[in-house]
Amino acid sequence: MSKKTTSKDKPSAKNAEASLNSGATAPINAKLSKKEKIEIYRKLVRIRRFEERTLRSYQQGKIAGFLHLYIGQEAIAVGTTSLMGPDDHVITAYRDHGHALGVGMSMNECMAELQGKYTGCSKGKGGSMHFFAPDKNYWGGHGIVGGQTPLGAGLAFALKHEGKKGCCMCFMGDGAVNQGAVHESLNIAGLWGLPVIYIIENNQYSMGTSLARSSASTLLAKRAEGYDIAWEQVNGHSLYDVRAKTWEAMERAHNECLPTVIEMATYRHRGHSVSDNEKYRDKAEIEEYKRTSDPVILFQNTLLEEKTLTEELIKTINTEAREEAENAVQFADQSPFPPEEELQRDVYWEEDNPEHKTSQGKIFFND
Amino acid sequence: MPLITYRQAINDALAEELTRDEKVIVMGEEVAEYDGAYKVTEGLLKKFGPKRIIDTPISEAGFIGLGIGASMLGIRPVMELMFWSFSYVAFDQIVNNAANVRFMSGGLINCPIVIRGPANGGTGVGATHSHTPENILATTPGLKVICPSTAYDVKGLMKSAIRDNDPVYVMENTLLYGEQGEVPEEEYTIPLGKADIKREGSDVSIIAHGRCVQTALLAAELLETEDGIDAEVLDLRSIRPLDEEAILETVRKTNRVVLVEENKPFCGTDAQIAYMIQDKAFDHLDAPIKRVSSIDAPQVYSIPLEKIQIPDAERIRKAVLEICPRSV
Repeated sequence: MSKKTTSKDKPSAKNAEASLNSGATAPINAKLSKKEKIEIYRKLVRIRRFEERTLRSYQQGKIAGFLHLYIGQEAIAVGTTSLMGPDDHVITAYRDHGHALGVGMSMNECMAELQGKYTGCSKGKGGSMHFFAPDKNYWGGHGIVGGQTPLGAGLAFALKHEGKKGCCMCFMGDGAVNQGAVHESLNIAGLWGLPVIYIIENNQYSMGTSLARSSASTLLAKRAEGYDIAWEQVNGHSLYDVRAKTWEAMERAHNECLPTVIEMATYRHRGHSVSDNEKYRDKAEIEEYKRTSDPVILFQNTLLEEKTLTEELIKTINTEAREEAENAVQFADQSPFPPEEELQRDVYWEEDNPEHKTSQGKIFFND
Repeated sequence: MPLITYRQAINDALAEELTRDEKVIVMGEEVAEYDGAYKVTEGLLKKFGPKRIIDTPISEAGFIGLGIGASMLGIRPVMELMFWSFSYVAFDQIVNNAANVRFMSGGLINCPIVIRGPANGGTGVGATHSHTPENILATTPGLKVICPSTAYDVKGLMKSAIRDNDPVYVMENTLLYGEQGEVPEEEYTIPLGKADIKREGSDVSIIAHGRCVQTALLAAELLETEDGIDAEVLDLRSIRPLDEEAILETVRKTNRVVLVEENKPFCGTDAQIAYMIQDKAFDHLDAPIKRVSSIDAPQVYSIPLEKIQIPDAERIRKAVLEICPRSV
């Protein structure tokens, strides 16, 4: 593995709360057609309405376990995935619904997965934290904080090894930056020059612990300097800014085969998971973010100002998204649970492909 | 057949598979320029180049996880752990990610990775470097675990492991690396999950895996010459999948069993095998099942004490004599 050359034009840190939509004039955004902008807006709305509906389903007892809602962070998943080409890949942590819909997974397969149904993207075996769609270059959906970051380096390694002009966008939260696996991954990505973009979605809380209470240095992206990796801070509430900065990193990955760390300032409007007493933050803080920094509303207003959207179209898109989410619940309700045999399917490739089986002996130990 | 070392057999298996399939890569600490901490990968860098034989930093979670991620996209990495003891710092990757990704994705993603390296004591490297975690790993559905005991076996099993589309973890042994064995020049593979009778016998079955097979064979010699006992030695070769039929067959034949492993006794692999035997061959047992394993303490450094700690031929012989009448 050849060593990378040092990036000469390392971007400097900028205030994450810098002027909104400074990325609007970036070429990658300037070239967006009206139709493309509307589709991006539609995706933001679809994620929001989908998750609002999942919350109701959770309260109705249809969804088990955890439900980590992405509400408030949608501009990041939509902005980044809107840039993906055929060899660009995504892997993320457990707050994964937004990225899943972002890459084009259907509400039906996601809702069914949440309800543990056989028609779910993972046949009901993964749940909220473990959505997968490798056909859409979407590699999960990972439950352990930071555990996906070496995998992201590996996906990028494979792209480089095969000579593909692609990248892997590996998402994590602000809590993940204190995990060892993240630092090991950053070191290898920097050392070998891997086309990986580590995107820190800094929503300010790792579960109930604020950034100030968990991180010695709260300028998270700057940790990349220790690994000689270019880094950037972005206003993650702004879809245009997310796209502009992510595209720069993608070009660095595609053309120079170099990694980037981007910290995106964001905020989750809901609790860490659904059951969250929210004792660790003020209601006023949440309300303030909802009022000033809701990424869906911000982009909606931008498009209204641009006259890309009309009030009528906004209404239509929202109504359609609500209906789509409602239909997804119906689809999930009507879908069967996986049959009992599925418990031991998809455990070993060989067991599922007996015509190619070469090993012998007992592999399951129930009796 | 030519005699080659266990180390050379692994090296040959890697070279053959690297030649056969360009998706195969070898990655780990010191595998390339240093030629391998135990020289297992000697010469591979020269032959296959730095794109396929790759030195990593000392970051087991990082590089093992990287291998898992690469395997999801179709690369077939063979990862070296300098010691299986070091797998503990990569546990989330080797257990949570490698074992679960196929299941959690409803079968959409495969993880065709091999992780290999030595897992043994007996060399005075102390408690942190002497783990034998085959039981800890084999307990996880989704993983396969093998423990080859001879040069012939390690070559054939390694080739099967590399071709396998599931994660296969190979436990080698630094004390076996220099041991010679007959290995044919022509290509062959050995299926995972197939045990092998290393010595035929009729009075008692000694069932072992890894280097303990060699120790069991020494014990069998002693039992024959000193005690007139004809012991059969069954080498499991593979822990998961496990050759249940071969285990039950030898039990039905001899009606007496001693299980030997280098692991510590509690929740060891042999605890599972003892359960299986009593459940499926109860009527064939003429005596209680006996176990020989390492003495239940962290691995000691002091060489004379470590020799006592891990199973030796005399301890196996003693266990056999507890359940098997002497005929001399």
